[in-house]
Amino acid sequence: MARLLYFAWLKTHTGTAEEEVTLPGEVTTVGELLAWLPSRGPGYARALEDPKLIRVAVNQEYARPGDPVGPGDEIALFPPVTGG
Amino acid sequence: MSVRVQREPFDLGAELAALTEGNHAIGGLASFVGLVRDFSEDTQLSAMTLEHYPGMTEKMLERIEAEANQRWQLDASLIVHRYGRMEPGEGIVLVACASAHRQAALEACQFLIDWLKTKAPFWKVEEDDAGAGRWVDARESDDAAAARWGRADPDAAE
Repeated sequence: MARLLYFAWLKTHTGTAEEEVTLPGEVTTVGELLAWLPSRGPGYARALEDPKLIRVAVNQEYARPGDPVGPGDEIALFPPVTGG
Repeated sequence: MSVRVQREPFDLGAELAALTEGNHAIGGLASFVGLVRDFSEDTQLSAMTLEHYPGMTEKMLERIEAEANQRWQLDASLIVHRYGRMEPGEGIVLVACASAHRQAALEACQFLIDWLKTKAPFWKVEEDDAGAGRWVDARESDDAAAARWGRADPDAAE
């Protein structure tokens, strides 16, 4: 199981802030995760509609599409940050 | 070096006094305070709410602060960032750097605010007079402001 977190408007679309998910075998990288998530439902498809607006952190570190993901990871998806 | 993420307002005078207290090698203290505006483009705003990613927020702020301390000779530094609902005029973020000389303090202070705006995981929702909320889009100008500090992206991957 991986722990997925959604922030800001991604959370509005997915309808959940946090969930435990069993990643399918073909999902071993951030890029593969982003390609797979929309198949989970229309809310996910909507949230991930524009890949340019999605940032990913794996275990609280910014991650690139080729970075690995797996069971036990905390994977956060969010839009570009707007603090300060 | 210190980083705090809190819901409560901060007292600028008290924070700055505490930062330099007892260290008379400090000759310059620079600070930046970000405030909630009452407008956004063409909309009048009544409040703003900041969401963040607890855990990663602190980690990123600490890393950015450590990077500033590597680049400049600082005697003290502080980042206080608030989250939750705030009204116009309230302080959102405080960055302060103290050094023997002004240049290090001023530059490090600007570096910190430029970097945290593009790396610290915070997201703003603006609330208009009718109480409707709208997620704020990131600004390209913020990326440009951070980029001018060169490589040293404190966490590289993005």
